[in-house]
Amino acid sequence: MFTYLVNRLIQSIGVLLVVALLSFVIFNYVGDPINNMVGQEATVEDREELRERLGLNDSVFVQFIRFIGNAMQGEFGISYQFQRSVSDLILERMPATLELVFISALFALVAGIGMGVYTGLRRDSWLSRFILTASLVGVSLPTFVIGILLIYIFSVTLDWLPSFGRGETTKVGSWDSGLLTLSGWTAIILPSITLGLFQLTIILRLVRAEMLEVLRTDFIKFARARGLSRRAVNFGHALKNTMVPVITIAGLQIGTLVAFSIITETVFQWPGMGLLFIQGVEFADVPIMGAYLLLAALVFVIINLIVDLMYAAVDPRLRVSAQRGKSTA
Amino acid sequence: MTDTRDKPLLDVRGMKVGLPTRRGHLPILNGVDLHVKAGEVLGVVGESGAGKSITGLAVIGLLEPPARIDGGDVWFDGRRIDSLSGDDLRKIRGAEIGVIFQDPLTSLNPLYTIGYQLVETIRTHLDMSAEDGEKRAVELLDEVGIPAAASRLRAYPHEFSGGMRQRVVIALALCANPRLIIADEPTTALDVSIQAQIIALLKRLCREHGTAVMLITHDMGVIAETADRVSVMYAGRVIEEGPVAEVVRNASHPYSRGLMGSIPVIGERIKRLPQIRGAMPRVGAVPKGCAFAPRCPLVRDLCRSERPAVMPGRATSAACWQYSPRWEEANPAEDVDA
Amino acid sequence: MSARLESVSRGRFLGVLYRGADSDLAYSFRRNPVVVAATVITLLFFLGATFAGWIAPHTPFDPSTLSLSDAEKPPAWVDGGEWAYVLGTDNQGRDIFSTLLYGSRISLIVGFSAVIFSIVLGVSLGVTAGYFGGWYEAIVMRAADVQLTLPSILVALMVDGVARAIFAGTDIKTNAEFAIYVLIFAIGISEWPQYARVVRSTTLVEKSKDYVAAARIIGIPAWRIMLRHVLPNTLGPVLVLGTIGLALAIITEATLSFLGVGIPPTQPSLGTMIRVGQEFLFSGQWWITLFPAVTLVLLVLSVNLLGDWLRDALNPKLR
Repeated sequence: MFTYLVNRLIQSIGVLLVVALLSFVIFNYVGDPINNMVGQEATVEDREELRERLGLNDSVFVQFIRFIGNAMQGEFGISYQFQRSVSDLILERMPATLELVFISALFALVAGIGMGVYTGLRRDSWLSRFILTASLVGVSLPTFVIGILLIYIFSVTLDWLPSFGRGETTKVGSWDSGLLTLSGWTAIILPSITLGLFQLTIILRLVRAEMLEVLRTDFIKFARARGLSRRAVNFGHALKNTMVPVITIAGLQIGTLVAFSIITETVFQWPGMGLLFIQGVEFADVPIMGAYLLLAALVFVIINLIVDLMYAAVDPRLRVSAQRGKSTA
Repeated sequence: MTDTRDKPLLDVRGMKVGLPTRRGHLPILNGVDLHVKAGEVLGVVGESGAGKSITGLAVIGLLEPPARIDGGDVWFDGRRIDSLSGDDLRKIRGAEIGVIFQDPLTSLNPLYTIGYQLVETIRTHLDMSAEDGEKRAVELLDEVGIPAAASRLRAYPHEFSGGMRQRVVIALALCANPRLIIADEPTTALDVSIQAQIIALLKRLCREHGTAVMLITHDMGVIAETADRVSVMYAGRVIEEGPVAEVVRNASHPYSRGLMGSIPVIGERIKRLPQIRGAMPRVGAVPKGCAFAPRCPLVRDLCRSERPAVMPGRATSAACWQYSPRWEEANPAEDVDA
Repeated sequence: MSARLESVSRGRFLGVLYRGADSDLAYSFRRNPVVVAATVITLLFFLGATFAGWIAPHTPFDPSTLSLSDAEKPPAWVDGGEWAYVLGTDNQGRDIFSTLLYGSRISLIVGFSAVIFSIVLGVSLGVTAGYFGGWYEAIVMRAADVQLTLPSILVALMVDGVARAIFAGTDIKTNAEFAIYVLIFAIGISEWPQYARVVRSTTLVEKSKDYVAAARIIGIPAWRIMLRHVLPNTLGPVLVLGTIGLALAIITEATLSFLGVGIPPTQPSLGTMIRVGQEFLFSGQWWITLFPAVTLVLLVLSVNLLGDWLRDALNPKLR
């Protein structure tokens, strides 16, 4: 188990290094960073001096090491667009995104697993059929269309919930939280449903498929043959075995929430990192793009590691035989 | 406990099982009759696909949908059980009828310790505290011959070998002291050397506990060694039934005779085991008359048109027209397709 | 997962019966009215997109035919609508129905080209990786792994953003033609790892078979073995992945356009139309955004249904 985790850790660091390299390349070679920093009237000497000061004349390798060093300290340079430190900008926006992602993930997991178990157990009930059909429609609905539909129904037509922003926020230390006020909660409902719906359908269909698969296995048949109650068979045995693959996929899906929040934040003008990133792309604001890419990869890698740990917690076979993991990094 | 000799513990009458498919209804069992008396070992033999396992599953109500019982009834200890509700039947499963499946590797839930699975079963059927349940679990593991039983409660299934796992499965089947155990190919997935141990264990335990066994297998050797009585299945029916010695040495049905011919006898030198020509008809393609007619060396036209009922044969009963008074009148079939 | 494989042997009996019952592709197609409907709708989309020039009642991209007095007309069946503009007009007086036809065309062109691009890239990398192995395979598959770590929408956004940064100052933001190529590239490159993985594993299976060894011994060149023998075996899974990939590519294109980094509004795709129409939602002109949204969902849903059915019908080992 220990060697397994160490292996995974090394792999993760490898992924981060590759993404960092990409990020570095984007930073240094897309457009001319000097041009982006100084005005038109700067002289050749000014530029050369800035070049020297920024270390752009060092070897690529030295620059890359410096880049990683800076990145580890959260130093990503100055945004062209806002003329402010990228890390400050990101830190400011981070609570909004993380709260949104957290609530969406909770929604997707609870509703997705619940409905997945139900449709797996009651395969032929009309409600199951309805949920399944609806889930297929759900997979085909682009996130932003869901958002627009929700806004049209609940904000424009019914006027129940706000269509943009975070509502009132409260400072808790340096964390700007929207979850402590009523207006914050009403503001987060539509965005989190929008963001979580796709993941919900994926989790639902996965749980259902796994449930059906597990219910066909011998040990479930044997559990029934032992005369265990329906509850013990369905929830004690079947559901727990379903969790092994569900943890993997659900974990990865939650990770994609961070990326997909870009879209939701745009629809709802949610002041998070995603909105910042999309503005960065629109204005070719390279430092923001690079920093966001690295951050997204970091979140992904962390979630992957958590998934691995949970995997081992659920499946005793993994605790001894280490190498039988997934092949995906 | 009186009169157990005549009243069977398990009585299956005219069991029919079918599978609805998109292209019509496939009959899998076409009227199976068999019974198990208290304390005896009934061997159920036949080729794979004859319907042995399906019969076992149908008895305890564990057919996998969409397969379903189309007719017939099942009596256990004088009570009709095929019409019971799911929950009532569940209380019989495990408590009165224990089950052992073919593959010990997949019968145990890999995510729980064997102690958990034992105690869970024990406490489902017996009114016991957790400590008493654990004590009984250790006793059971001891009884099925697992060394250092107490220390193995916390072990997971993957930490046991195949043979050891099947011992655990047997312990699980014995949890509530059932009166009947349905053992579906209990040794097929195991090494030959371990097969004999497991069979001996099963035999010993059932004798000690007075448990009856319905032993489903395709292995005539196992049957000859273990069973008191034998039911031979072919194409979804029981075609011969009788005491094991008679079926092995003096079978009435031509199919059974062919089957018994396939038991190798140690010490006898033969070049090649005899073989029945042809293959068992596939599900849904069983001929109208006797299902064995296309392969039978004795076939007459009667066999092709009407299905024989089980009737007294030599020392056993068999579903074969040759023991009917009508046999003499029947014309030899014009054999063209041989 | 070997435990699962072993458990299959028990269900083998019923399984064989079932496989026999639905092996027939055409049969399962006819039996499935939803799939038939999805096929018809998909075909209608293709026809509509191909012959947009003939079908569309108006030419929405010709400024000389547009008049602001026609702007923001509701659909014909609503008060104030006219039958000349069945689904109403947008803020520039463009006929929504005609714009939808042209918009679907752009969505389909981008979707198809992107899928073909990622198939060509993924399949060729996958086959060669599986066939040659070694460090080449290691590099290709590691690259796929790293890329799969990031969601494809993010990859597409990054590629798109980098392209924008590279061409900053040129007319990419307004030049629809150029934006299409960037989009195709961005979406295509974000999806290749899936094909590469599936194709590589199929290649590994085929490579170990005797006929490939035989072909090698008699001196048939490697490219020919791969092209003639290995590739056809990967067709089934690639077809299924490609169908689902098409739906995904259409969504990605629409999303990027919606985010304002895709097709510019001068020649809108469905996503651009939704983006432009979104702001009119609050002032009551729901048709400007709703019709494109419904069209997009219908298109994606039909393609998804087709892909779903294909996967079940061909039943390759991917889920």
